[in-house]
Amino acid sequence: MDRFIFLTFDGLSRGAVYAAFALSLVLIWRAARIVNFAQGAMAVATAYAGYSVATATGSYWLGFAVALVGGLLLGAGVERVVMRFVDHSSPLNGVVVALGLVLVIQAVLGMIYGNEFRPAGAPFSRDAFVVGGVALLSRFDLWVFAAVIAVVALLVLLFTRTAVGLRMRAAAFAPDVSRLLGVNVGGMLTLGWALAAAVGSLAGMLVIPTELGLHPNAMDIVFVSAFTAAVVGGLDSAIGAVVGGVIVGLLLSYVSGYLGATVAPIAVLVLLLVVLLGRPGGLFGSVKARAA
Amino acid sequence: MTALLEVKGLTAGYGAAPVLHDIDLSIEQGQIVAVMGANGAGKTTLLRTLSGLVKPTSGEIRLDGADLRTTKVEQMVRRGIAHVPEGRGVVTELTVDENLRLGGLWRSDKADARKALDEVYELFEPLARRKRHPGHQLSGGERQMLALGRALIGRPRLMLLDEPSLGLAPRVIAQIMALLRDLRNSTGMTVLLVEQNVRSALSIADIGVVMSLGRVVTRNDAATLRTDDELRHAYLGF
Ligand SMILES: Nc1ncnc2c1ncn2[C@@H]1O[C@H](COP(=O)(O)OP(=O)(O)OP(=O)(O)O)[C@@H](O)[C@H]1O
Ligand SMILES: [Mg+2]
Repeated sequence: MDRFIFLTFDGLSRGAVYAAFALSLVLIWRAARIVNFAQGAMAVATAYAGYSVATATGSYWLGFAVALVGGLLLGAGVERVVMRFVDHSSPLNGVVVALGLVLVIQAVLGMIYGNEFRPAGAPFSRDAFVVGGVALLSRFDLWVFAAVIAVVALLVLLFTRTAVGLRMRAAAFAPDVSRLLGVNVGGMLTLGWALAAAVGSLAGMLVIPTELGLHPNAMDIVFVSAFTAAVVGGLDSAIGAVVGGVIVGLLLSYVSGYLGATVAPIAVLVLLLVVLLGRPGGLFGSVKARAA
Repeated sequence: MTALLEVKGLTAGYGAAPVLHDIDLSIEQGQIVAVMGANGAGKTTLLRTLSGLVKPTSGEIRLDGADLRTTKVEQMVRRGIAHVPEGRGVVTELTVDENLRLGGLWRSDKADARKALDEVYELFEPLARRKRHPGHQLSGGERQMLALGRALIGRPRLMLLDEPSLGLAPRVIAQIMALLRDLRNSTGMTVLLVEQNVRSALSIADIGVVMSLGRVVTRNDAATLRTDDELRHAYLGF
């Protein structure tokens, strides 16, 4: 029972990060109908920038801010400089370009920082509080929960309560109609990419200290989990991304705890397959529009 | 009196071959102009070119004498042009209220946008009862009300309407036509109305324009088109 409780808490804190990262995939999917396979590499790039600043200045939080602002800028840049010029008539084009971007970003990071793991410190202690002999959560885990909950709340507020959120949703659903109503659709797309990449950067800053450290490929495995989380949730739904993230986090934790860490990646793929076969639209996929 | 909208020698299309050929059209402030013609005549393309969604290859489009060809689509609404597209353009994923508010987001006069929103709810009672419903749940008539109402929130000077009667019951069509005429009479709004439903359109129009194969083949007083059997036979086929 103790083990189960331990694994549950461990799964929840992993799940929170997957949820945040899945959310960044959902944001781009909703804005542009592209699965951004470069999201992991982009997050790593901004984490490198963040940790460089943190090391140079001695302030973790300054580095953290740089990583998030870097995410905003990198996301906007990728949309403006690359994705805008991709012919989106075939959905595969965007995917291929994103994969190309992964190679470019990882190669550049390798050239600048080298291909070895670099230490990535955490802003809070990662020692878990022990309750009744069971190691539960660390201060860092609590920070992860707080950060993810805050970002979800802010996104919900942005999209449902603000004019710019309404513009972003309208631009994604009906670009021509939105333009006729005065919405700068291109600008909304750029903003969507910027926000998504910043959320991805946040997820990177939350997960990298818990893994082996900074490395150009540091987010590759996380990407697979988060992508699964997003698909489980339906790709279209923010709530779905959060629920999917928690499901994947718990699954990974239980499977590696009871069956061994080597089985965990297979479990994620099985989950992906089961959801795609059983409910291709995901758990929270959007309702089909009434035919005109 | 100079025309509100002045189109001269307009040629436009989607690829290499133009769809619209050498269109001339002049509309005065407060007029209701009906554009009619067979399927594929280029009526929708004409409206899309006027609102900037399709770029003209040659010719002039002037609003109050000012060139419109370089105006971006998203600026058109600020110039006073509202385009209600074919199929109505309700954003089906958004609620009724969100659709309507979208129509006023560009406005700097927030108080008047608010007032216009209230007016639309008063004008279209069924919309007020379905504020929180997503667009995809609305009936065809409700969607038409929503699209019209959303355009009205911008208090347009020129309304471009693409087949508002499509798929609606005769009674609802009559209501919409009466509404357009009332709006014109009360606000001086100018209306360019594309319609397959010739009788309804001519019942409120001042001017009737018939298009065929991307050209304007006749332009006449609506009263003349309504009463002159020979003309109507030749151009409208009934
Ligand atoms: N997006 C497009 N790309 C290429 N050709 C198009 C496009 N839209 C319309 N066309 C062509 O332009 C011509 C005019 O079409 P348009 O939609 O303007 O006609 P319409 O008069 O509005 O017809 P309807 O009464 O059926 O709505 C048609 O031959 C059509 O095939
Ligand atoms: Mg048409």
